[in-house]
Amino acid sequence: MTLLQVRDLVKHYQAGRFFRGTTPPIRAVQGVSFDVETGETLALVGESGCGKSSVGRTVLRLQEPTAGSAVFEGSDLFSLDRTALRRMRRRMQIIFQDPYSSLNPRMTIGSAIAEGIEIHRLAKGKEVGRRVGALLEEVGLDPGYAGRYPHEFSGGQRQRIGIARALAVEPRFIVCDEPVSALDVSVQAQVLNLLADLQRERGLSYLFIAHDLAVVRQIARRVAVMYLGKIVEEGETEALLRQPRHPYTVALLSAVPEPDPRRQRSRIVLTGDLPSPSNPPPGCPFHPRCFHPRRDRRCRSEIPALRPVGATRAACHYAETTPSPETA
Amino acid sequence: MTRVLDVENLRVSFPDTGKNRVYPVDGVSLSLDRGETLALVGESGCGKSLTSLALLRLVPSPGRIEEGSAIRLGGTDVLALQGEALRKIRGRRIGMIFQDPMTSLNPVFTVGNQIAEGVRAHFDVSKSEAWQRALKLLEEVGIPDPAARLDSYPHQLSGGMRQRVMIAIALSAEPEILVADEPTTALDVTVQAQILEVLDRLRDSHGMAVLLITHDLGIVAGRADRVAVMYAGQIVEEAPTDRLFARPSHPYTQGLFASVPRITGPVGRLSPIGGSVPPPGAWPGGCRFRPRCPQAFEKSETMPPLLPVETDHRMRCWLAENGADASD
Amino acid sequence: MNPVVDALARSWRDPRGRAGAIMLGAIAAGAAVGPIFLPDPLAQPCVLECRNLAPSWAHPFGTDDLSRDILSRVATGGRISLAVATLAVGLSVTLGAAMGLVAGYWGGTVDAGLMRLVDAALAIPRLFLLLLVLAVWDQVPMPVLIVLIGVTGWFGTGRLVRGEALRLREESYVRAAEALGANRRRIIFRHLLPNTAGPLLVAATLGVGDVILLEAGLSFLGLGVPLPTPSWGGMILDAKSLLFTAPWAGIFPGLAIVMTVLSANLFGDALRDAVDPRGA
Repeated sequence: MTLLQVRDLVKHYQAGRFFRGTTPPIRAVQGVSFDVETGETLALVGESGCGKSSVGRTVLRLQEPTAGSAVFEGSDLFSLDRTALRRMRRRMQIIFQDPYSSLNPRMTIGSAIAEGIEIHRLAKGKEVGRRVGALLEEVGLDPGYAGRYPHEFSGGQRQRIGIARALAVEPRFIVCDEPVSALDVSVQAQVLNLLADLQRERGLSYLFIAHDLAVVRQIARRVAVMYLGKIVEEGETEALLRQPRHPYTVALLSAVPEPDPRRQRSRIVLTGDLPSPSNPPPGCPFHPRCFHPRRDRRCRSEIPALRPVGATRAACHYAETTPSPETA
Repeated sequence: MTRVLDVENLRVSFPDTGKNRVYPVDGVSLSLDRGETLALVGESGCGKSLTSLALLRLVPSPGRIEEGSAIRLGGTDVLALQGEALRKIRGRRIGMIFQDPMTSLNPVFTVGNQIAEGVRAHFDVSKSEAWQRALKLLEEVGIPDPAARLDSYPHQLSGGMRQRVMIAIALSAEPEILVADEPTTALDVTVQAQILEVLDRLRDSHGMAVLLITHDLGIVAGRADRVAVMYAGQIVEEAPTDRLFARPSHPYTQGLFASVPRITGPVGRLSPIGGSVPPPGAWPGGCRFRPRCPQAFEKSETMPPLLPVETDHRMRCWLAENGADASD
Repeated sequence: MNPVVDALARSWRDPRGRAGAIMLGAIAAGAAVGPIFLPDPLAQPCVLECRNLAPSWAHPFGTDDLSRDILSRVATGGRISLAVATLAVGLSVTLGAAMGLVAGYWGGTVDAGLMRLVDAALAIPRLFLLLLVLAVWDQVPMPVLIVLIGVTGWFGTGRLVRGEALRLREESYVRAAEALGANRRRIIFRHLLPNTAGPLLVAATLGVGDVILLEAGLSFLGLGVPLPTPSWGGMILDAKSLLFTAPWAGIFPGLAIVMTVLSANLFGDALRDAVDPRGA
């Protein structure tokens, strides 16, 4: 069942409030469409500046969209008024990357977790404290910690607290915005396991935003790769990793450092940097850095559409002949 | 093989809140040969960055290097140096690059100015000669259109380009040793691949020794000649890279490997190490990994020395005495 | 972990902060308790013989040309000056915090409007603004004076708090609260205000010094605290004609102003360092 349906989402940021029009807008998201099914995880993968976090925030209307639509459990998120939106917040939550700025340093973690319960009046009096305790336990922390302040906790523990805060309002859908990127590997694995457990027990759906394909493989059945505000490839994670069809996916996959000296694949090292999102190249956004042998004039002029190629959908004119990571 | 660096029993201490001192680096010994890459691997708080700062006597106040530590750079006793002599070691004999290329460059000077200044700080050359060398260095680190880039300011460059400039500045003094402290952690994966390639190439062409400080086992594989794994201020396992990856033996190293999500092979639930790294001062007696170790036994209550596992492969675990590694 | 307590404790460990706090405390205590034991500051015990007496055991600070005890007048004047300063600063900091938080968090037109107002207000010297009002109003009552000083003093604080709010608005915990459905009031009072408490405390302490000077200046110009209530600025005005016959009549209230402003600034500087996390 489709829980969230996003169509043609566009988000532009305008720099300089008083000199509107003199600078081109930053085109962070340029027409992104995807579905998230009940109980599943869709991963949005890409490098910094590709627009993945903007998608997550805009879908939750923490930022207003420029255009497009998002339908969640049958209601059109982008047309909700303030009151209706506030009620909808119960159903959709977010977990952040930085465990240090995600908790108010002046609030005990107990009151941070209780905040959502109070806002939506989900419980009263002693019941609030009981729920907070149960949530702490659910994320693997001692319920006795409720009276402590964030600075007393490690990064991994703070991330668990952030998860408990999101769970407090009993959401159906959680945007996980790089939730493990700032954590040490051993802690990262703990949090990934916790997210997987919570998903199974609570039937949660995740939009999992990440830059690391190996992490994504652990948690998401489906993945969408973003580049310069567009989805360039999407499909089942395993299929996409086995045979990526978009040259950017190939490069991204090839750049993942694998902790195995025997399996050091020939690497595709892309030249150049990400172009500026305020001045994207014409045609295929990837063409200035592309290594596809068939790259030609068409790539420079015509924007490729996302279309089925093999087991995935890719936005490349020559996706059928994209070299695999091994042969490139 | 020419030995360029010898560190013996390095201990760095900081005052605790009371009168006690804590030892975030507690008895680290390591050596570097010319043209070799040694990777110092560990999670945050293990003391790996502090170790690298101690090599240059850059331990931040109020920390100090304890009596009984030894750092020898060729024939030079680094810990005996004072003032000007110490300053000449920094940059000239040991160069350093850091994680954050955003804050390591001075925003008010051009790139060329900063590299040329580095050249002139160490060599008695004319201004125009220094700029000539700066241009050459930019070429060497693979910056496109280097002549134009000399006049750029840091904010006009991307993160990857800035890190290349940092490398060029470090190279300007032609050091024997390059310490790279998490050089790619702040960068996107495709850019990370580029920077690592530059570092490899420069090590080979200049015959530098590289001390690579990282938390990422993936970038160690296929790059470092030897690996030392740090936990709680100590080296817990060291071996040539191939042997360590083929046979990780210390339970902590094994835990790290089990925590890393992989891009290939079967996907399963990760088996992370439980708990988190205790802060210095809260380290347990005996083996410091004992409270988190699934294989701890009676003998773990005494601190193990580095014991041989196989040729050139040692670990700080009593299990090595059984002539086997911990997995048997 | 209470930010205010934390900052106070840390500035106490700073020698400047401790010196400032002790001096300020002594001055405040003297002003609060002194008048109880001292003679009536308005009393003129012996009209002719006691005029312009030099400091002595009976009159440690001497007497003025109306034979009033200067120590007593300095203490009572301190009461007035400190009360005016505290209340006015309290008002201006409250206004500054409110305006700053609203501007910083709301953003958009509200922010633009408020900040242009602040820009305009800061372009006109405060003293000039006050003089204008006070000149048309003969003998302003004290509460009006306090309100006037308070209302003209929030602009700097407002801008400071707005900057803080703009920064805090981007913190993940504020976004998390928004995502939980928190309304603006909750976000401002639970998430933004407690995290600006440190800078506000600094602004308040430094503001006390400013207002004492301002009030002294106004009183010196005859526009401040109404006569015959003693005030430090007013006493210096009175002492102007006695510069050579009875210099102590001007020196002691002047010293009181200098010591108070100095100690408030010392303490404020220490607080500023204590609040700045980079100094921690």
